[in-house]
This record gives sequence, structure tokens and C-alpha cells, in this order.
Amino acid sequence: MVTGHGPIKRLVRVWLPVGFFLVLALFPFYWMAITSLKPNSELYNRRIMPLVVHNPTLKHYIDLLTETSFLVWTWNTMLVAVVSTAISLVLGVMLAYPLARMRFAGAGLIAMTVAAIYLVPQPLLFIPLADLINRLDLGNTLTAVILTYPTMLVPFCAWLLLGYFKTVPMELEEAARIDGASRLQTMRRIFLPLCIPGFISAGIFAFTLSQNEFLYALIFLTRSAVRTVPVGVIAELIRGDVFYWGQLMAGALLGSIPVAIIYSFFVEHYVAGLTSGSVKG
Amino acid sequence: MSLRSEPLAGVVRPAPRAVSLSVWLDRQSVFSWLMMTPPLLFLAALVGYPFCYGILLSLQDRPVAHIGTFVGLKNFVTDFKDAIFWRVTLNTFVYTAIATVLKMVGGLAMALAMNQHFPMKNLVRALLLLPFIVPTVLSTVAWMWILDPAFSVFNWLLVALGVPKPGPSWLGNPILAMLSIIVINTWRGLPFYGITLLAGLQTVPPELYEAATIDGAGGWQRFRYVTLPLLQPIILIVTLFSVIFTFADFQLVYVLTHGGPQNATQLFATYAFDIAMGAGQLGLGASVALAMLPALALLIIALTIYLRRG
Repeated sequence: MVTGHGPIKRLVRVWLPVGFFLVLALFPFYWMAITSLKPNSELYNRRIMPLVVHNPTLKHYIDLLTETSFLVWTWNTMLVAVVSTAISLVLGVMLAYPLARMRFAGAGLIAMTVAAIYLVPQPLLFIPLADLINRLDLGNTLTAVILTYPTMLVPFCAWLLLGYFKTVPMELEEAARIDGASRLQTMRRIFLPLCIPGFISAGIFAFTLSQNEFLYALIFLTRSAVRTVPVGVIAELIRGDVFYWGQLMAGALLGSIPVAIIYSFFVEHYVAGLTSGSVKG
Repeated sequence: MSLRSEPLAGVVRPAPRAVSLSVWLDRQSVFSWLMMTPPLLFLAALVGYPFCYGILLSLQDRPVAHIGTFVGLKNFVTDFKDAIFWRVTLNTFVYTAIATVLKMVGGLAMALAMNQHFPMKNLVRALLLLPFIVPTVLSTVAWMWILDPAFSVFNWLLVALGVPKPGPSWLGNPILAMLSIIVINTWRGLPFYGITLLAGLQTVPPELYEAATIDGAGGWQRFRYVTLPLLQPIILIVTLFSVIFTFADFQLVYVLTHGGPQNATQLFATYAFDIAMGAGQLGLGASVALAMLPALALLIIALTIYLRRG
């Protein structure tokens, strides 16, 4: 709300705080990037000024892509994220549509339950789930994480979509009903096509959450061929006390890029989801 | 009118049974429950059942790959006699409390800074959210290198600034390690507060500020008596959210310190993990995880009720 002040006041009130938050937010990524480009001789020499790269090299990236299963992990991460996001959107719609549009006994209770499940953090469930996955003989399969990620994503998508659905006017559906369409037809042909922005918001969020997931992947996936990026990076680029810092940073950077790209395309949807999902369901 | 409806009624009348089925299916309650059954079954199988099974496990002596034996509350008694358990409890509360206050105050400052007119605001907002978007494990790896005992950039800066003593081992000292995980958690969670509160700030009608200014309110008074009261509901919800997930945090600590040094940064989730997955004591591990439940249940119930009321 600053208007018409002098340049110095503007510097103090706008650019100083904004600049501070920007540097704080971005410094670790800058550090990641320059570390990944430094040769080991520069990385492990305390005499060299570390804030810039003196002799950039792609060696760590080449090693990462040729000596580790990083590409496999990336493929696994993408596959798991896409499939569990899709499952979660479908199941989320099946919960959210009746809750948003129908009157029936128990609706309030179901809505509360969905919200409560959404808030149950994974550490409360991982031990029994680990045992369950073992008994189902699903250890070291991507199915294990594809099944368990939606436990956090379905309530989340349902909650976010419920909020979105309530903002969509009902007139078109009422008109379709008067024309004789069944409830299922009304939902599929009339209502859902109107909700694309809501699906994008929920989808981006679910995708980001899947990419971020670590605990279930750590427990269920112990073979390199089935690992996701976060688990692979932690488990295979840190061996005992040996840290492959260059490769670690290259992996962290490459692993962040897919999320960052998708996020940059849909940043407005992401922010809309962030604010509507938490501020009001 | 009658010309159109009569032949229809006479010719295409489907079998009465089909009519009643489709009418039945179109009843709001039937349609709703049929539609919700698959997701509800899914959640019952993979959230409800594990939750109850976890309670059962916590009452068993259950080494991994063995059959459990019922031991009543023995695991919880073990926890209560375990000094590390109490250390973990203290750590978790300290971590959650300090990180939450830092995120709340910092997030409010970020929102206020962002709620001004300046060029490339959308780009800045997108960049500020990056710590929240990027997978935690991957950004934590960067922090690990920033805090490396031998090659920490902070320690290099200290030397460059002429500090004579060698820089501290950030993750080797119990207090500094706790401070480090608090700062990194804050770094990651700050944009969530900042951007959500910014959205809240943008809904404050400018007339309120104008009216307050006419009444002689200064900048601080406008903030204290106009902005804060209007933001209060959003601050409450965002804080409850973040407290739940900070309290149950796992990734950051597991990657950065593994709970060390000497359990100085061990939280409920990482301790439960060590006992269940490291030592293979599923029952005891489940009891440590369930020790989070009373505090979490209060928070979850409060937030659920609040969300519904809103």
C-alpha cells in the first residue's frame, strides 16, 4: 500500500524486505547449482572462494547419469506421481461431487471424516502399513507406493475439489436434469467439464505431494531398480560416511526440475489451490 | 403437447422394473452412497484398517517377521521409563513451537512485504514459493552441504570476515543441530504462510484502511486494529495445518541428522522409525508413533471443526 514515496523509502519498504526473502528462498538452490558444476578439486579446497564456480564441469552430471540408476529413479517417480494423481483425482471426484451437490443423511459426517483423514500425518500409519504391504507381498514394487500415496492424496483432492465444486453454479445441471438426464450423465457430461481449473489445481498439488513423498518410498522400496528420486539420492549417493557431494547436488537439482517446470506453468492454479484448500474447503 | 407425449408414453415405455431401478438409482441418497463407496472402501482399507491395526500392534511384542504376542500396555510403560522417549517428546515440542512462531512471524512479514506494488510481483511470488514446492529431501541435501562440518559456506564466511576461531560444527553440536532443523523447517514452510496470508491481505477492503487513516490511525495501528483482526481466522487455520505437519515431521530430520547428535534432534516420527525399522520392534515403534496421537487428535479435531464451520 505504498504510494508516491521517495525512492529511498521505497527501497527500504519494498526492495529490502522482498530482496531478503528472495535471497533466503533461493540461496540453497543457487548453492545446489554451483556445487554441482564444481570439479572435486575446487569443491574440497577451503582456500578457494566458494561463492562462484571457477572451473565449471559437467562431470558430476555425467557420472550421475551413467554410474547410478538416476534415470530409472526419475522414471519411477514420474510414473508413480502420474498414476497416483490420476487415481486420487477420480476417487476424489467420487467423494466430492455427492458432498457438494446432494442432500443425504450422513453427508456432514463423511465430510468431517474426509477432512480428518486429510490431516492424519503419515508417521502415524507407516508401521502398520509396512506390515500390511509385507503381508500382501508388495515390498519392492511400485504398486506399494501407488496404493499408499492416494491415502493422503484422495482426502486432499476431495477436500480441494469440494471447495471448488461449490463455486460452480448449479443452473446447467438443473437444466440437464429437467431435460431428462440421469444424475450420472449430468455429472459426467455437464458438470465435470466445467471443473477443469479445479482438476488442474488439485492435480498439480497431488503431483507435487507425490514427488515430495519420502517415508513410504523409503520403507517399501529398497532395491535400486524400483526406487524414486528422493530415496535413490539419499540411499545411493551417501554410502556410509562417503558423500558424493557433486553428484548429490546434481541429483537434487535434476530431481527438482520436473516439479519446478510443471509448477511454473500452473503457478496461478497452484496458488489458487493453496489458498482455497487451506483457507476454506 | 398431448400429441407429443402420448406416443412416447405408449411406445418407448421401458419395462417397469428398469424404470424403478433407474428412478431408484437417481435418488440422491442412493446415487451419493454408490458414488462414494469405492473411495470410502479404499480409505477404510488403507487408512482406517492400518490405524486400528497400529493400535493393536502397540499392544504387542512384535519383532519384525515374527508373530506378535499380546502384552497389554507394556510398550507404553517401556516408553515412559525410557529417557530418550522424554527427550524426544521435549525435542518435538520445542521444534514445533519455535518453528511455528518463526514461520508465523516471518510469513506475516513476507505477506506484508509482498502486499505492495512493485514490478514482476508474480515472478517474485512464484520464486518465493519454490522452497515449498521442491521435494524436501532434495532441498535438505543442499542444506546439508551448506552446513557441512568441513566445507560449510557459513564457516567460510566467518573466516573471510576475520573471525579467528574455527566455525562450529553445525550438525555436531546438540543445540546448533536443533537450531539448524528449526531454521530449515522454517525456510521450507515460510512461503506457505506468506503466500496464504498474502491472499488473505488482498481481501481486506481498502476502505477500512482509509477509514482508519481518517480516524488518525498510524501504520502500526492500522496493522494492529484492521489487518490483524481480519487475518486472524486465516492465521489460525494456516497455523493449525502447519503445526500438525511440523509435529509429525520426518523427512528433514531423517536426512539431515538422523536424530543425532545423541538424540538431540530425534522427533517422534524418526524415533518410531528407528525402533520399528532399525531395531525391528514393530510393537514398540507403533507405541512411540501413537504417543503423538493425543496432541495430534486435539489439533485435527480443532481444525476439522473449524474448517467445517467456515
